[in-house]
Amino acid sequence: MSDLRDLYQQVIMDHNKNPRNFREIEDANHFAHGNNPLCGDKLVVYVKLDGNVITDVSFKGSGCAISMASASLMTESLKGKTLEEADAIYEQVHKTMTGETADRHLLGKLEVLSGVKEFPARVKCATLSWHTVHAAVDSDHDISVSTE
Amino acid sequence: MRAFDIEQIRADFPILHQQINGQPLVYLDNAASSQKPLQVIEAVDHYYRTDNANVHRGVHRLSQRATDAFEASRSTVRDYLNASSDREIVFVRGATEAINLVAQSFVRPMIVEGDEILISHLEHHANIVPWQMLCEQTGAQLKVIPMTDTGELDLTQIDELLNSRTKILSIGHVSNALGTVNPVKMLTEKARAKGIPVLIDGAQAVPHLQVDVQALDCDFYVFSGHKLFAPTGIGVLYGRQQLLEAMPPYQGGGDMILSVSFSGTIYNELPYKFEAGTPHIAGAIGLAAAIDYIQQFGMEVLAAHEHHLLDLATAKLQAMDGVRIIGTAKEKASVLSFMIDGVHPHDVGTIFDQQGVAIRTGHHCAQPVMEYFDIPATARASFAFYNSEQEVDALVAAIKKTQELFG
Ligand SMILES: Cc1ncc(COP(=O)(O)O)c(C=O)c1O
Repeated sequence: MSDLRDLYQQVIMDHNKNPRNFREIEDANHFAHGNNPLCGDKLVVYVKLDGNVITDVSFKGSGCAISMASASLMTESLKGKTLEEADAIYEQVHKTMTGETADRHLLGKLEVLSGVKEFPARVKCATLSWHTVHAAVDSDHDISVSTE
Repeated sequence: MRAFDIEQIRADFPILHQQINGQPLVYLDNAASSQKPLQVIEAVDHYYRTDNANVHRGVHRLSQRATDAFEASRSTVRDYLNASSDREIVFVRGATEAINLVAQSFVRPMIVEGDEILISHLEHHANIVPWQMLCEQTGAQLKVIPMTDTGELDLTQIDELLNSRTKILSIGHVSNALGTVNPVKMLTEKARAKGIPVLIDGAQAVPHLQVDVQALDCDFYVFSGHKLFAPTGIGVLYGRQQLLEAMPPYQGGGDMILSVSFSGTIYNELPYKFEAGTPHIAGAIGLAAAIDYIQQFGMEVLAAHEHHLLDLATAKLQAMDGVRIIGTAKEKASVLSFMIDGVHPHDVGTIFDQQGVAIRTGHHCAQPVMEYFDIPATARASFAFYNSEQEVDALVAAIKKTQELFG
């Protein structure tokens, strides 16, 4: 059961129960829909971009604990970051989820997402919000991404 | 007749005896695909070791043996379904292919814009999408028998839904998402009284009930071997002989012709007209071995044990706080779909797997059913006759573990 505790760490459970930035941003200038049809995870990510600074980011939707917590943690970590910084963070998140060594300093709290590396079937859940935020800032209209 | 002894039966299924994550495997995903007894594995093995050749072509000994075994398998299926002739048993890849075949070869030539195809809200995507495609091709309309909160068909409007525009009723015998056993005999009677042909999707019924196509009086009955303890890639279309005879072939190729010339081709007789190309010979042989296996005990005996497990599990889950059963029809087979409060089914699946308990989580290829209950997915345990009471306890323990973790 130790692996399960690695996956479902306290931080994950907390963010799943009380997701941060779980709201719509009325004046968002970027947003995208994310969808994982296999398990039915569905979310919308809203971004307010000022130049290349993410001044606000939020999400709404429903899904498994991993996708909800990952989205919540993502919004916390990306707020106030530049797009370049956001890319650098995602690169580390991806590394830690696929079992590569990642920069712990850049990851910070996001390190809890490393638990998915033992659960390949769940990596998609954890990456959904990240793919979605990527699609949102890359496009100036609503766009849909799917991890299937 | 072999007496029912669960330990001996489990000994026949080699795959069941393994550990997953350090726990004994508890296989409760039978509705997705079933496990195979040694008797099936050995029949396939024997075929490849001693009889393998192409069918219906060679005069040499192996080809004759392969042909004999393939055709004997057809007779076994015919006998099992109580069809009146081997000509009515068409080997296909599975339920999906059989439904597509009927949609394209039987319904398409006789349907026009404004006509209707009737299915139900409980169907598997395999019994929805082929009809939607046909509707797109022809301008026909898809009509849907609604469902109720218990997961049963809502038949209040059935007399209007079955009308002069209806060109086929295509209905599942047992729902894969909820386990509901539909009143297919009554529906077939109603439809046929109005001259409407009926297809029954038996993919989830054949592993759990004795099916008699003549008693049902349906026009088509389809199922997949892999859910009936046989290999993947083999399935059966039963069709009433007169209808099959009048239908054009579904695919062209070898084996489905009597003679070919560039000025024209004469199609083969039934059932070969619908079996273009080299068939899944080993699969058919495996399917017959699976039927023989079941018949050692009799389906009623196996079904009684399995039904006992479903009742036991249902009662135990009902008694648990924070567990909601989805699909509470009066008549059910094998399937127990449920939700654990506050836990997404996908998390349930992962936590169960860590305890060696294999269940399905997701929409079960029945998204309209999920939409009806306004849920993205369910966790689904589905039983087969080789499951045991201890495995029901393992299911309950896995739910408790999940609740603890998320508590
Ligand atoms: C009710 C029902 N119909 C059809 C199918 C399709 O079967 P196959 O994928 O073997 O063709 C399934 C399989 O899950 C099913 O449960």
